[in-house]
Amino acid sequence: MQAIELILAGDAALAQIVALTARVSGTALLFSSVVGIPLGAFLGLRRFAGRRLLVALLYTGMGFPPVVIGLFVYLLLSRSGPLGALHSTLVPALFTPGAMILAQTIISFPLVAGFTMAAVMGVDPLLRVQVRALGATPVQTVWAILSEARVGVLVSIIAGFGSIISEVGAVMLVGGNIEGRTRVLTTAVVLETGKGNFDLAIALGAILLAIAFITNLAMITLQGRTFNE
Amino acid sequence: MSGPLYRLDDVHMAYDGRAVLAGLSLDVHEGEVLALVGPSGAGKSTLLRLLNFLETPTAGSITYRGARYDGDHAPPLALQREVTTVFQRPILLNRRVDANVAYGLRLRGRNDVAERVQRALDEVGLAALAHQKARTLSGGEAQRVALARALVIEPRVLLLDEPTANLDPYNVGLIEEIARRLNAEHGTTIILVTHNVFQAHRLANRVGLLLDARLIELAETQAFFDAPRDARTRAFVRGEMVY
Repeated sequence: MQAIELILAGDAALAQIVALTARVSGTALLFSSVVGIPLGAFLGLRRFAGRRLLVALLYTGMGFPPVVIGLFVYLLLSRSGPLGALHSTLVPALFTPGAMILAQTIISFPLVAGFTMAAVMGVDPLLRVQVRALGATPVQTVWAILSEARVGVLVSIIAGFGSIISEVGAVMLVGGNIEGRTRVLTTAVVLETGKGNFDLAIALGAILLAIAFITNLAMITLQGRTFNE
Repeated sequence: MSGPLYRLDDVHMAYDGRAVLAGLSLDVHEGEVLALVGPSGAGKSTLLRLLNFLETPTAGSITYRGARYDGDHAPPLALQREVTTVFQRPILLNRRVDANVAYGLRLRGRNDVAERVQRALDEVGLAALAHQKARTLSGGEAQRVALARALVIEPRVLLLDEPTANLDPYNVGLIEEIARRLNAEHGTTIILVTHNVFQAHRLANRVGLLLDARLIELAETQAFFDAPRDARTRAFVRGEMVY
């Protein structure tokens, strides 16, 4: 009930937390899809020396604890770290949404790439030969295969989204849970639970669940009839 | 154009060191129907993949319309798109029938897609199924869609890889009739790979026997069946070859 009351009251702080959650996880998902889908297609379709090693690394990345990735990004971006020492405008600073996006991208892209690879490998190998025989260029061939594997590719995006929308360790480490700047729903839940505000924590958790549900439903709806086939 | 449409010169093809084609030389003439017969594993399907420029030979060269191609030189896309293949197992996209037939046209950015698709589906007698999901078709219907998808791009060369294997006599007759008409009315060069010597006899102007990665004999259809020069060809056409 408190969740509904908070939403209906148009609480500004809550709206800011929800908006930042959507922005950070949405941007990270976009980046991880842009990197992960082509990488998954490449690993699924090409055979080359070192492929097994790359796939093993990818599978390891799929199960990597987010908090360890948070630590890795923290060390990378800290003033004495290899990227932080560059003082470049292209490198996000610690305790900013940029750092959180970087951490979440690293968490989710192995899942997007791994599931895309599996989906692509599940497509009949003869389809590739057939579309080439019909005159497809290499890019058109990959596009045709991804289209055939579209349900699996969508699952890869959903899995990537699931891994970051619910993630707390990495964003807490690199974001710092700063009110009004880097506080997202998961870190707010941790904070409110620590303060003993269980009703508010449950309310925030319910909003998080609702966002996850609505996003997944929207993605499935975007795929339209494919899910009914 | 003078000279053959294709000239294969001492073509070798090997996979993991195993020879699939060994020193194959062959001319294919524009507008002919050439049938290649032989047992499984003789190299017939590999030869079709080379002719469709899907693979390049391990050694030797293929000359197409006067230009020579080998492992280092592939033909330009426009020439590659003059050739297409209908495979033994029809591989259709998980879309509607009309979208499958339109696929090659869309790759080429052609106009009048709907009209062309309609004509091609009429040709194979499947206009009524245009809006049906491809995966709901029977084997014969799926193969006719695959044929329509090839016809619609008006290929200069149509490669048929066992196109009627496992089909009922009605669909076999229909596909053979379409191939015959395509060749007669449009001058499309057809290269047919088949186990079925009767089909080769019905359709082809010339027939070749591939055996153990080599072209054993190539002759006019009548001569191939009535007066084969090689003992292995005689055994094959009489059905005495055990393989």
